[in-house]
Amino acid sequence: MTEKQDEDIRIGIFVCHCGTNIGGFVDCEQLAEYATTLPNVAHSEHNLYTCSETGLAAIRNAVKEHNLNRVVVASCTPRTHEPLFRDCVQEVGLNPYLFNFVNIRDQCTWVHMKETDAAFEKAKDLIKMGSAKAAKLEALERIVVDINPIALIIGGGISGMNTAISLSKQGFKTHLVEKEDKLGGRLKSLYKLFPNDQEASAFLEDMTKKVEASKNLTVYTSSKIKSIEGFIGNYNVEIEQNGDIISLNVGAIIVAVGASVFEPTNLFGYDGEKSITQLELENKLKNNEVDANNIVMIQCVGARNEERVYCSSICCMTALKNALIIKEFNPDAHVTILFRDIYTPGIQYEQYFKKARKAGVLFIKYTLEKLPLVDKNEIKVFNEYLGEEILIPYDLLVLSTPLIANNDNSDLAQMLKVPLEENNFFLEAHVKLRPIDFATDGIYICGSAKWPVDITESTTQGLAAASRASRILSHETIEVESSTAYLPEWNKSLCKGCEVCITICPYNAIIKNEDDEIEIIQALCKGCGTCGSTCTKHAIEIKHFNNEQIMAEIIAFGGKIIE
Amino acid sequence: MSFEPRILGFLCNWCSYAGADLAGVSRIQYPPNIRVIRVMCSGRVDPEFIFKALKLGIDGVIITGCHPGDCHYIEGNYEAVKKFELVQKLLSKLNMEKRIRLEWVSASEGNRFAEVITDFTNQIKELGPSPLSGKDLDMELMEKLEALEMAAESYRLRALVGRERKITEQENVYGEKYPKEKFDNLFDAAINNEYIRNRILLSLEKNPKSVKDLATQLNIDSKEILNHILVLKGRNQVAMEDIIENQPIYLNVMER
Repeated sequence: MTEKQDEDIRIGIFVCHCGTNIGGFVDCEQLAEYATTLPNVAHSEHNLYTCSETGLAAIRNAVKEHNLNRVVVASCTPRTHEPLFRDCVQEVGLNPYLFNFVNIRDQCTWVHMKETDAAFEKAKDLIKMGSAKAAKLEALERIVVDINPIALIIGGGISGMNTAISLSKQGFKTHLVEKEDKLGGRLKSLYKLFPNDQEASAFLEDMTKKVEASKNLTVYTSSKIKSIEGFIGNYNVEIEQNGDIISLNVGAIIVAVGASVFEPTNLFGYDGEKSITQLELENKLKNNEVDANNIVMIQCVGARNEERVYCSSICCMTALKNALIIKEFNPDAHVTILFRDIYTPGIQYEQYFKKARKAGVLFIKYTLEKLPLVDKNEIKVFNEYLGEEILIPYDLLVLSTPLIANNDNSDLAQMLKVPLEENNFFLEAHVKLRPIDFATDGIYICGSAKWPVDITESTTQGLAAASRASRILSHETIEVESSTAYLPEWNKSLCKGCEVCITICPYNAIIKNEDDEIEIIQALCKGCGTCGSTCTKHAIEIKHFNNEQIMAEIIAFGGKIIE
Repeated sequence: MSFEPRILGFLCNWCSYAGADLAGVSRIQYPPNIRVIRVMCSGRVDPEFIFKALKLGIDGVIITGCHPGDCHYIEGNYEAVKKFELVQKLLSKLNMEKRIRLEWVSASEGNRFAEVITDFTNQIKELGPSPLSGKDLDMELMEKLEALEMAAESYRLRALVGRERKITEQENVYGEKYPKEKFDNLFDAAINNEYIRNRILLSLEKNPKSVKDLATQLNIDSKEILNHILVLKGRNQVAMEDIIENQPIYLNVMER
């Protein structure tokens, strides 16, 4: 589609009234008239709604009638309407990248409603700048990559197993890699599950059976990821299993590595016998080894403090569950929970809390400033509600410790080129809009690898990850961003091989190839453009945001350069 | 009529441009002086863009990006900081550093976008029009700005900016980290040297001069000038043209 490059540049400008959103504040007819005075503009008009079918038809007709090869729409914002107009110009044979958007609503008339004269002048400048950039636009070919319809799931805990089962059910070949010798992750060490008191071992057995029965699903236990290279649709992964290296090629990767348990060394007399963690308590309950009558639990041990600011979000429910189990075994047992805040979101969990209170579990609030003091046989705690210190005798102390990020997260993050957040958990692309995606295409995240979550949430997220991954895996090919960085042939002689671009590229998209030349892997590049502004010799160009285009915008606003 | 500054803004697509749109959707009003250029990442903003804008007499340039840690491209905004700091340091030589600003605005901060733009517009109003905006151009100032731009374009400064985070934040193969303070000293010295060298080049472009002439014209010690001349000779940017009264005369031999 490069034939248009050689013709004269003929720009069409379409000024949208957007009803009264723009037209109510600036004179769109005059703006369209002004546009005809700009260089290379062959046609301009104003429409009530350029995005309506009438407006789009007007664009299509004008492109044909006036032989336009660039289209500029001045209206709302490219963030919502650029795809629509790109499709529109493509329908009449123009490359979609020969379209340019000018934002005169969200960033002009809506924010200068009381200064309409100034808004009019601003709209003129913005159209002038947009038109100047349009003149420099180049047709770009959409980059298409093949998708290998195979999934890799890292981590065989509850979320990873769910993802694997779901994907294999959908017919995708799936590999599940687990570093331990058995599947199950944290679930292996639990006794019962809240809120329905299901036996964890039975639940796990059921899941494992489903995994075993799944077609297309290969499980690798006692295996570690050695290396990951590639991009969406084409990841080359090496797995180490008992010293052997297994090579796989997969189209999508799901990170389900879960989290680790914090060990409360030197905290509240932790000794593994009289002072134990909730996880150790689960084990004792499983083997019916709890013979204590006075049980005290301390919440937020090593969490929500300066060192670990976050709430681990599952410990409150765990403590309630175990307290209720103890009460069930031994109704006369005294169970006291020392808490800072109780977190039981949702109706079901809140009812669980009420059930614990009804069963006679005592709740005493303490604060971070006045931590409980643990003696041999009693605990001294400042009761926030009474405003005084009380002594509680105990023969078993249970510490609720948070889940923490695995210490090998950073190794995996580096291999995948995905970010970690401040506590070393994996960071999703967007907390609300893309909670299961990474910013890197073709890689997904679920379960406690992202944040401590319970079984229900792990299951949900596991299924969500399968759903996100299947969107990619179900296609034979996928289009990736075309406005990437590249090293034009004519600039190759400029490159000195300083490799600064390789250093700063966050996606490792720039490499030195066999000929010792800088090469930019188009499918990996996301087009941020940082390499272009860093390149010591101005050799790297950024498609759709190249120096010439941006400079044209600056000059259109500032006037002529005086050299 | 009161002074209405002309302000250019570079907004990153993912955070700030969305934040600016949100200001619109929320109808939060701010001064109409800014004209926006959308870039995908604040890291895309080449120092060259800022210098070009200032040379055109644009009164102020603002760059906005995602908050640290929130960059859509993982770390592009950290690179934006490094480039911005370079331009700021260079512009401080002409007391023009207040005409540029770098701010973080997220996609959810429509209010903050309006506040930042209002504040920057007021700042530029207080500073007054750019010394390069009027009809009577201060050619000496323009030449100095040109020298700063050439310094920013130089291989040496671009390489330092590009490598700064690697040098000061990551360990080398021996497990050593280069102290930030030491790097800053080296960086400042390099900025100073490249500025003076480019002023020499610009001066020699007009007509060949001796070290003494350059020292007088640029008001810099002749020993320092001589050192720079030797470096520039090594880079094949100046050459000796003649010897007049025992004084070597140099000229600019760069291809432009």
